[in-house]
Amino acid sequence: MDFSVLLTDLPTLVVVIIGVPAVLAAYIVGGEYLVRRLPDKARPSVRPWIWVAPALLLVAGFLVAPAIGTLAQSFEDKNGAFIGFQNFAAQLAGFPTGGAWIAIRNNLFWLIFYTLFVLAFGLLLAVLFDRVPYESVVKSLIFMPMAISSVALVVIWKFMYAYQPPGQPQTGTLNFILNTVFHQDPRTWIQDESPLLGLFPLNDMALIGAAVWGIVGFSLVILSAALKGIPGDLLEAARVDGAGEITIFRRVIFPLMMPTVVVVGTTLVIFALKAFDVVYAMTNGNYHTDVLANRMYQLLYNSHDFGGASAVAVILLLTVIPVLIFNLRQFRAVEARR
Amino acid sequence: MASVTYDHVVKRYTADLTVVKDFNVEIKDKEFMVLVGPSGCGKSTALRMLAGLEAISEGEIRIGDRVVNNVAAKDRDIAMVFQSYALYPHMSVYDNMAFPLQMQHMKKDDIDKRVKNASRILGLDNFLKRKPRALSGGQRQRVALGRAIVRSPKVFLLDEPLSNLDAKLRGQTRIELQKLHRDLQTTFIYVTHDQVEAMTMGDRIAIMNAGILQQVGTPGDIYDHPANLFVAGFIGSPTMNFVPATVDNGTAKASGLEVKLPKPVSAAKGTLGFRPEAVTDRVVEGGPTMKMKVDVVERLGSDQFLYGQVGADQVTARVDPRMSVQPGDTVQLGLDTRGLHFFDAETEKALI
Amino acid sequence: MTVAVASPTSSTTARFSPRWLSDRLGGLVLHVVVIGLTVAWMVPTIGLLITSFRQSADISNSGWWTALSPPFKFTLDNYSQMFAASNLGQSLFNSFMISIPATIIPVTLAAFAAYAFAWMKFPGRDWIFLALVGLLAVPLQLTFIPVTTEFVKLGLTPQHLTAIGLPPFIPLWLAHAGYGLPFSIYLLSNFFRALPSDLFESAEIDGAGTLTVFFRIVLPLSVPAIASLVIFQFLWVWNDLLVALIYVGGVATVAPVTVTLVNLVGSYGQNYQLLTAAAFFSMIVPLVVFLSLQRYFVRGILAGSVKG
Repeated sequence: MDFSVLLTDLPTLVVVIIGVPAVLAAYIVGGEYLVRRLPDKARPSVRPWIWVAPALLLVAGFLVAPAIGTLAQSFEDKNGAFIGFQNFAAQLAGFPTGGAWIAIRNNLFWLIFYTLFVLAFGLLLAVLFDRVPYESVVKSLIFMPMAISSVALVVIWKFMYAYQPPGQPQTGTLNFILNTVFHQDPRTWIQDESPLLGLFPLNDMALIGAAVWGIVGFSLVILSAALKGIPGDLLEAARVDGAGEITIFRRVIFPLMMPTVVVVGTTLVIFALKAFDVVYAMTNGNYHTDVLANRMYQLLYNSHDFGGASAVAVILLLTVIPVLIFNLRQFRAVEARR
Repeated sequence: MASVTYDHVVKRYTADLTVVKDFNVEIKDKEFMVLVGPSGCGKSTALRMLAGLEAISEGEIRIGDRVVNNVAAKDRDIAMVFQSYALYPHMSVYDNMAFPLQMQHMKKDDIDKRVKNASRILGLDNFLKRKPRALSGGQRQRVALGRAIVRSPKVFLLDEPLSNLDAKLRGQTRIELQKLHRDLQTTFIYVTHDQVEAMTMGDRIAIMNAGILQQVGTPGDIYDHPANLFVAGFIGSPTMNFVPATVDNGTAKASGLEVKLPKPVSAAKGTLGFRPEAVTDRVVEGGPTMKMKVDVVERLGSDQFLYGQVGADQVTARVDPRMSVQPGDTVQLGLDTRGLHFFDAETEKALI
Repeated sequence: MTVAVASPTSSTTARFSPRWLSDRLGGLVLHVVVIGLTVAWMVPTIGLLITSFRQSADISNSGWWTALSPPFKFTLDNYSQMFAASNLGQSLFNSFMISIPATIIPVTLAAFAAYAFAWMKFPGRDWIFLALVGLLAVPLQLTFIPVTTEFVKLGLTPQHLTAIGLPPFIPLWLAHAGYGLPFSIYLLSNFFRALPSDLFESAEIDGAGTLTVFFRIVLPLSVPAIASLVIFQFLWVWNDLLVALIYVGGVATVAPVTVTLVNLVGSYGQNYQLLTAAAFFSMIVPLVVFLSLQRYFVRGILAGSVKG
């Protein structure tokens, strides 16, 4: 047990906590001082760049340039020679189970179910919670998993999914319920690839379920705020017109919340495509639960296959592009309304 | 304390979007000048150019003798009261008023003296520690005024400062503002879309429409002698009656009315204008009369307005409140030709 | 009209009618459903919490719910073992050393940039802003290889930085800043733009300069947005596993809590009891941060993400 480091190194932490903001403040004050030395005419054209430069440099250095570099690397072999689409060919060979196909399939599952479940749960909880006086308490409780790291989340869910052979006392919560309530044999949730409803592997759904549990609070909070933004007299008018609660939800509430649902939805789609932590820590992509982000990580750090990893990253980017375009269009539409 | 001159001022956003066109006004020292017009007429832009919030595309603006086109807003020695009051929500009333003085690096004691003085004038002494959100609309409005007063500027700019107040408070504040103007002995330039505010407060009024200055004059002058159809229709409530008419031998003929014009006009066609109060139930011997089929009767206690048809035209009349009329009645009304106007059909300029 | 008139009478006169009963039942069902869902949502966390206070033998032999009935055999062993077995003290310190600057830097720089995007005019402004929105969707994985290569080239590795006497966390600060900036700028720009322009004009007439407006008007008015951004970025960095693994992965002296925790999972395999304690331990700081700032949180994210 060694917490002494917290005390001995505390001065370092303090220096950092004070030093970093001091440097940042010095930058902007100094920049503004220099701008004021400039002739009147030049100031408005120089000043904005002083304010945006550090942010843009960091973004360019960590996102734009590397993304372009990866794009280039995906066409190269281990020695940096140009090999055309060979890396992509290797990743996309052996449809439907070879190369990256399992990961692509699973990302598709994530995209559909993760997004759908999170939106549906969020909406359902938002509408239900809106009607009880202790709303803020239950909302906080649902939101709490948001503050937990994915690693801790995985530990929590490993307990939910824990498996003991039939006949032995179950230690996993879900298997216990399966056993005592539904009188069925326990299942190995994380390894069991048998398809649910004949289509979707159980273990994939189990991983998605854990991730959904962690993020629903996010959609709940935003959707519930949007719900509160709907003017009350609109609902009263609908009631006076003789609409039932379900009709009101379908015809009044839902359409008015649509813009918010779209915003949350696109955010979730991006989360789904970038899914990594839960898969990495729960199965490490075994039992055919791999996703693109994890596959890329494995190629990079276990196989040291830079070209292959880059190719996977580019495939990931390609899947994001439609979302990106949609996002930009939404954004411009909103901007146009300003 | 200074005069303000707009000299051929133009505000152009793009080649085909000009919001202020060749604007010329001279506002005298210590004058209360009201810029009035419908929304989007360019009155606020004219004010904001003076404030230094918008660049001047052409022409020049002078405060006193100084051309301020290239002077920064803060150096123009003006203060502005915004429609929304623009109070800093996170600062107390005191700090809101002290802020402009702090920006001038004034000494703490002097700031304190000036803020206390302004708060005494405006009756804000008990609210200095409050945040704007803990104040009523009227109090906020006074803080906004206070923030302008503390600077003792040469010119006060007020951009629709009363439009966020309820009707009763607005009437009260109108009077207070006039008192303030008298006490401060400073030039006030006041922008509004409300012709009642313009008429009651302004020493002079400048009326704008579609970026063009229509007329400048005292309230009485503008009411009695509107320069064109727009001004005639904009000032006065209920609005002036307008009936299309043809002129034949010095007599104007409308669909339900014939009237001998008090002086000859050159046009053959135009619009006859007369205010509701010129149409009364007192028929003058030999004077013009009209038959009105009454649609709506409005009794206001001191006045009674009749809205109805005269021939093919809509006419409003102000009649004696004791006159008994029902909708659907047809009444005989007289027209007082002293308040008669005639506007050219083409140019819409007043010929009489 | 008839409905509006009829409903009050029916609810006052027919107090014991079937309608009244079904209303009452409806309310009861609602409460049961709401509380039931919330409890179900908390079961995983509660299960872990209880497990973390159980003895290792019990954990592998019976479910956590059995501990809720007598005889009670709770213990703190897991926690003391966990502290003995891993260098969590060091990683906790590392997590602070990483998270605090990696929150301050992007939030501050984003505030600068967002101020320019919202209230200054410069050529290409809207296009750059759109590009930033687009970058929100770019997967971080795309950037790891070139950035790692570049870090090695520039000597921005923990080993090298320690050798020359600089904090070994600098690569992580910069990386988290770069990755967090597009979202931060997006959120803050939207918030700043929503501030009334009258305030800025009034300040201009009052003679306030750019810095004064930024520090005395924009920042104080944006506390909800900035607080929620601070929570977002802090939670994201504190809980981050991927970026830390990639840029400082193998170096134990620099590893944050998440990395140490994952290594526990790896090296102790099925030794649940340590994991449970460690997982709970890792939640403390984010939960404290979240709970203490959550009242700002909703207002802030809404201003950024949901408008019009």
